[in-house]
Amino acid sequence: MNSTNNTRSLVLVPAYNEAARIGSVVEGIKHIVPGMPVLVINDGSKDATSSVARTSGAIVITHPFNMGYGVAIQTGYKYALANNYDYLIQLDADGQHDPSCIPALLAPVVKGEVDVAIGSRFLGNSYRPPFARRMGMALFRRIVFLVTGKFVTDTTSGYQAFNRNVIRFFSTDIFPVDYPDADMLITLHRAGFRMTEVPVRMFENSEGKSMHGGFKPIYYMFKMLLSISVTFMRDKRKNQ
Amino acid sequence: MLASQRIFALFICCFVFAYTLNLVRRRKLREEYSVLWLATSLLMFILVIRYEWLVALTSLIGAGLPTTTLFICSIIFLMLVAVQISIKISHLTDQVKNLAQENALLRTKMDATSAGMGHGEVKNKPVSF
Repeated sequence: MNSTNNTRSLVLVPAYNEAARIGSVVEGIKHIVPGMPVLVINDGSKDATSSVARTSGAIVITHPFNMGYGVAIQTGYKYALANNYDYLIQLDADGQHDPSCIPALLAPVVKGEVDVAIGSRFLGNSYRPPFARRMGMALFRRIVFLVTGKFVTDTTSGYQAFNRNVIRFFSTDIFPVDYPDADMLITLHRAGFRMTEVPVRMFENSEGKSMHGGFKPIYYMFKMLLSISVTFMRDKRKNQ
Repeated sequence: MLASQRIFALFICCFVFAYTLNLVRRRKLREEYSVLWLATSLLMFILVIRYEWLVALTSLIGAGLPTTTLFICSIIFLMLVAVQISIKISHLTDQVKNLAQENALLRTKMDATSAGMGHGEVKNKPVSF
């Protein structure tokens, strides 16, 4: 796992109606890591996300209909597993995640120091999320600390890198496709995977769009607390 | 229990039982979903016929009237049906998700194969850090 010359890495970008920004995101990634294939999961977009991403040089997988962020990234994991990739980096399609942090994020995973590297906006030079969101993050940060003993500053970060063992683990029905955040970190910890945080830069969404709009924060809190609770009732072993 | 109440309850039980059987016969309802309906209508029928059992059950659960017991049984039955359907929907949701993902992956592989790129793969250079 610590070889550096023959590693095969994939950059995963889940996208839904991101035709306006996906092109620059893919080009930005290709500029930073030119040899690395970029996989865009077009999650049933109604706009030209698919064609723009393909024109920018990405491999595109299109869902027949919209199934949500979690399902989109899991499709990417399944693709990575089927095509024998050793490492996977995922980042959002809205341009919030600075692709220049990819090498730093991937480094501890490629060196074999950890299985999962989580990009933290709080350790890097990033924007400050809104107050309500910071409160939610603080709550889940506390829960993750109580459960795992690890202080994870950014439990909702979608900017992550991990190795093949985690890719395989997440390609099964164990993966929480409905908002995979703090519960995913706890599941990883209980399965024995090693995690670390890496400072990354995240920008504020230029259009103010969020997957946590409307009544979703209330559902998110309920779902996350329930999901974390039932995680303790499940088998700890990796191959459930 | 008044005679009219017993007749009405028996009629409902017979109707639900016969209607459920007919749905299964016409393949409109799968056997696995008919079990709860048939079992409940049968149980209600027995409790109405053997009134002393219904009275004993009423006393056991501390209800005021035998009709209240029948009402509680109906509520429990509806809850069980709702839970059974929720479980099935969750299972179907997972199946649809997996099928849609497999469909998307296969379509990409087919497109890549027809474009002469092998097994749905874009050849990439090794990357090192």
